[in-house]
Amino acid sequence: MVQCGHGPRFRVHEVRSPEPAKSGVQNPESRVKVKLRSRHLLGIEDLDRSEILTILDQARTFREVLDRPIPIVPALRGRTVVNLFFEASTRTTTSFSLAASRLSCGCVNFSKATSAVSKGETLLDTARNIEAMGVDGIIIRHASPGAPHFLSRHVKAFVVNAGDGAHEHPTQALLDAFTLREKLGSLDGKRVLMVGDITHSRVARSNLLCFSKLGARVAVCGPPTMIPPDIEQYGCEVFYRLDRILDEVDVVNMLRVQQERITSSSFPTVREYRAFYGLTAERLRNLAPEVVVTHPGPVNWGVEMDFDVAEFSRALVLPQVTNGVAVRMAVLFLLAGGEGEVRS
Amino acid sequence: MQSAEVTKRILLTGGTVIDPQKGSMRRADVLVVGGRVEKVETGIPAAGAEIVDCRGKHIAPGFVDMHCHLREPGREDEETIASGTAAALAGGFTRVCPMPNTEPAIDTEAQVRFEIRRAAEAGFARLHPIGCCTKGRQGKELAEIGSMVGAGAVGFSDDGSPVADPQVLRRTLEYCKAFDVPVISHCEIRELAEGVANEGLVSTRLGLKAGPDVAESAQAARDVLLAEFTQGRLHIAHVSARSTVDVIRWAKARGVQVTAETCPHYFTLTEEALADFDTNCKVNPPLRAEGDRRAVIAGLADGTIDAIATDHAPHLKGEKEAEFDAAPPGMIGLETAFSLGYEQLVLGRTLSLADYIARLAVAPRRILNLPPAAVAAGSEAELVVLDLKAEWKYTADSVRSLSRNSPFLGRTMRGRVTAVLLGNRFFRF
Repeated sequence: MVQCGHGPRFRVHEVRSPEPAKSGVQNPESRVKVKLRSRHLLGIEDLDRSEILTILDQARTFREVLDRPIPIVPALRGRTVVNLFFEASTRTTTSFSLAASRLSCGCVNFSKATSAVSKGETLLDTARNIEAMGVDGIIIRHASPGAPHFLSRHVKAFVVNAGDGAHEHPTQALLDAFTLREKLGSLDGKRVLMVGDITHSRVARSNLLCFSKLGARVAVCGPPTMIPPDIEQYGCEVFYRLDRILDEVDVVNMLRVQQERITSSSFPTVREYRAFYGLTAERLRNLAPEVVVTHPGPVNWGVEMDFDVAEFSRALVLPQVTNGVAVRMAVLFLLAGGEGEVRS
Repeated sequence: MQSAEVTKRILLTGGTVIDPQKGSMRRADVLVVGGRVEKVETGIPAAGAEIVDCRGKHIAPGFVDMHCHLREPGREDEETIASGTAAALAGGFTRVCPMPNTEPAIDTEAQVRFEIRRAAEAGFARLHPIGCCTKGRQGKELAEIGSMVGAGAVGFSDDGSPVADPQVLRRTLEYCKAFDVPVISHCEIRELAEGVANEGLVSTRLGLKAGPDVAESAQAARDVLLAEFTQGRLHIAHVSARSTVDVIRWAKARGVQVTAETCPHYFTLTEEALADFDTNCKVNPPLRAEGDRRAVIAGLADGTIDAIATDHAPHLKGEKEAEFDAAPPGMIGLETAFSLGYEQLVLGRTLSLADYIARLAVAPRRILNLPPAAVAAGSEAELVVLDLKAEWKYTADSVRSLSRNSPFLGRTMRGRVTAVLLGNRFFRF
């Protein structure tokens, strides 16, 4: 369902040209062909600050679309993407599906459980077969780091990394950055603390890169068993004791404790984890008044965060989810080279 | 592969003959008659011999690769003994010692004989099998080591499934003393080495499951102590870590009968090569940090690491064209080892040319009790002709192995093997 009429055009942000984007009088293409240096979104590592800002600014335009009575635009009409998810996910698949449909883009969902992967089909064969059916983009989540990078070298479609093992989850970082910028204005000079299982967290890696590129000072905190070696060489501080750093930060980014880690001697018990690394009701009460709390979900209530956080006015967990749709719209739009002539 | 020419009388003229045992070089002609070296001196008259102009080239004893995987029996789609020994010759290796992790594993006298016969039928490099320490590489019951030695096996290893039980390793070290053969240890504590990359800066960035260097060196420490205790002979395979080099240096200083090898990729590449998730750089043990690479080179320089082996591990394109976790570990190396070592170690001023050749030709023979390497009158002809000035591009088309899983494809190499004379067969490349 597309509404026609006269509304604002999408603002499209020129990345590399020093001049601002032309209004499009001479060349209508020029104002929509911005964009990102890569055809794919594989990780925050590949983006520079201006590209991140391009995506976030584009997302702000789409965030406004989501508040309209009929939140849909024809920007990617006729295009199709596939959600190629080899790992379980609720919010990310749903978010990408919604982002596609809000852009009038077709979206097919693939899940590992019901696919030929269970018959032993390789990742490459699966992707090539799906591509042969004619899709413009592949959104992939896979347990193996680098799986999207591998795919991007073998398919013509654009590839979006929706989480590759413990490597990157770029759209999560972008939506976190978007949410924090909405709340704090800018990340420049802000102190962000990520708490939890840093070693196994793709969110931690992407957020560290993204927040740092946006000017934030990032620290990580967790038990030494969950801090990967040499991470401080990527420009963050490391803390093993939460209470030594918690009152010095502007943002607390809690990470999920994966259930399987509990049995692998990364820490003794849930009780002890909560005592030393959990955002408990008591720690919440002691937070400075401007501090905001984020979590990529799904939350293990009572483990990394007490239930009280759900009621906490400065917890951004649900706004993160809403903003995720807008950020993913921006990513699909920019990668698919969508048309700028979109009206509300 | 240029087909072998059977020669009766051949004269290599004008080359520089390297004696890696003495560490010396001299200009000399080499006359080979009926597969034996008859004379090594200047100014030998042609007298009806076929003349090979070796001016500007070097002549050295054939190399021995004491650690490779030729996949036969079991995975003849990846490599066969024929294709693997042909690739070996092109790399200057006149003898190869394939590891026993085939399907089935080489753990009986009959299988040892099978491998040797297949190599003889192929007629390229000679083959000296490494047999299993334990039946089926299960790490439990000793295999018939004595019978395998009788059939031609020269060393024993469970290779990629290292003997975890210290009592079994102790018994293997003790038992092998009866036959004067080394136990070759692929040092890896499985529980610690869980992963596909070196634990460190790069694995942190890429989120790869990773194992630390101590997974190798902690087992090396245990193994050298058991070798000391049993007075057995231990050889440490594919040393990749600085801490392992330190352990071996310490053990040698104590008089432990321990030797060690490393591979060209450990002194040429580091974990940084994984940055694009290149599955051809996925090897086990994993490529490590720059400090480890330098320590491996230092270990070669001071003799802590005796030998250079390839760990040639063929895998098909379709197997390597996968996500990083799913790709099998290993890279081919028979055809590139000499050039990579020449570039890194000789041009890199770590080793003299003669000392470098000794790591390829002398040390493996000494460790495995093979006849000594020499280009000397009276010995069987087993020599390589080297063009050290050659620059050549390593391309997929040139690969003689059945598999092409090398991260060095496309690289310009320095120095190459131009010919091999093995008995009465002459190969030109």
